[in-house]
Amino acid sequence: MASADELTFHEFEEATNLLAETPDAATTSRSDQLTPQGHVAVAVGSGSSYGAEDEVEEESDKAALLQEKQQQQPGFWTFSYYQSFFDVDTSQVLNRIKGSLLPRPGHNFVRHHLRNRPDLYGPFWICATLAFVLAVTGNLTLVLAQRRDPSIHYSPQFHKVTVAGISIYCYAWLVPLALWGFLRWRKGVRERMGPYTFLETVCVYGYSLFVFIPMVVLWLIPVPWLQWLFGALALGLSATGLVFTLWPVVREDTRLVAMVLLSAVVLLHALLAVGCKLYFFQSLPPEKVAPPPQITSLPSNIPLPPTLPQSMAPS
Amino acid sequence: MAEAEESPGDPGTASPRPLMRDLKAVGKKFMHVLYPRKSNTLLRDWDLWGPLILCVTLALMLQRDSVDSEKDGGPQFAEVFVIVWFGAVTITLNSKLLGGNISFFQSLCVLGYCILPLTVAMLICRLVLLADPGPVNFMVRLFVVIVMFAWSIVASTAFLADSQPPNRRALAVYPVFLFYFVISWMILTFTPQ
Repeated sequence: MASADELTFHEFEEATNLLAETPDAATTSRSDQLTPQGHVAVAVGSGSSYGAEDEVEEESDKAALLQEKQQQQPGFWTFSYYQSFFDVDTSQVLNRIKGSLLPRPGHNFVRHHLRNRPDLYGPFWICATLAFVLAVTGNLTLVLAQRRDPSIHYSPQFHKVTVAGISIYCYAWLVPLALWGFLRWRKGVRERMGPYTFLETVCVYGYSLFVFIPMVVLWLIPVPWLQWLFGALALGLSATGLVFTLWPVVREDTRLVAMVLLSAVVLLHALLAVGCKLYFFQSLPPEKVAPPPQITSLPSNIPLPPTLPQSMAPS
Repeated sequence: MAEAEESPGDPGTASPRPLMRDLKAVGKKFMHVLYPRKSNTLLRDWDLWGPLILCVTLALMLQRDSVDSEKDGGPQFAEVFVIVWFGAVTITLNSKLLGGNISFFQSLCVLGYCILPLTVAMLICRLVLLADPGPVNFMVRLFVVIVMFAWSIVASTAFLADSQPPNRRALAVYPVFLFYFVISWMILTFTPQ
């Protein structure tokens, strides 16, 4: 009995130490799959009404999770296995999108919004939307640039749709795979929290890409510093969401590994944003290298008003 | 697919009739798309001839006159085909995974037939492009494409929305919106050289 008492005492001490370091953090227990999140009891800084709503949601969620665990898991070759990843309602998807847009320090996206029920609808269709929006707005930028300056050669550049699709999907599926693999490999170092499943990682990345969609649309405004500002804002929001989600898993690791991992995640995200900007929104297409037109040689498609003197006639 | 019935013991005169029957069925479905009402014709007697005809017509019309460089041109014939058919298959899979009670080929049939307004828009755009290029030209094309895009969405939603439970309807309809948006974009940015 003495050893059991010692263990409980040790756990609370550790929890209070952690809380002292980061007052907004939530404590979670290892057997997190079936029990509700501990932060209803120990959270500080969240509003009381939010806490009450959370309690009610958690009760129904606990019942749902228990029910799910009791059902049979279908094999991965059956259709209903994949159907379980699309078991979301419109309101849930919108809620998850909202959660990714507004990252809060105490709220872990996986525990709080996914509630251990990841879906594939969000990541798949957000990536598809982002790929098409990239191609469409990149094309629109070219159209608008040509309106301002008729010497730019316009072409639909349809191959950019393919490039956009492949790059976005590769990012949203390969990077979570690498991250998941790495976290599982380091599993031995961690005592408290298990790694996220592969689907939860994919979900986190997929929903974090949502904020790039309005950013890309706003990049239509042809003011360069404004474009970089929007890019920085969106990247900041997105990367913050990722870091807050990964921090509880990574913080028990050695400091070096944690820092390297988090900076790699942020760096890859930044590379994606900058790559999109440079490839799809080139400020000047390569044909525009002509010298400024001289006064005696006007472009032939501009109709001349009859009142111009003879010296200005096109050559 | 509608069954091709041969009349027994009359091999010479049997072949035109099933073809006419098929064509009439396709034409009837075209009418149902153009005037969408709550009816089950598209779902009950589904066929894929209509979508195939529409897809080939659209892909052919999206070809440019001059042989442009591969990198900079509009969509190639194969790209249009891939986008239309893989897009339709993906939307159908998505609808079924969300728990909709529509069969695979019925959904493909509806999505394919509802490209008809956009094919009409493509035809109109090609005719309008024979006139002088300019902002008025572009405005007319934009207006036509927007109207036909809305028509496609309304037509397909009338047939597809009922197959989903109400709390997931928006999730099933959004990919349809994206699909027709991409096709409309291809139509609007078409410029013959």
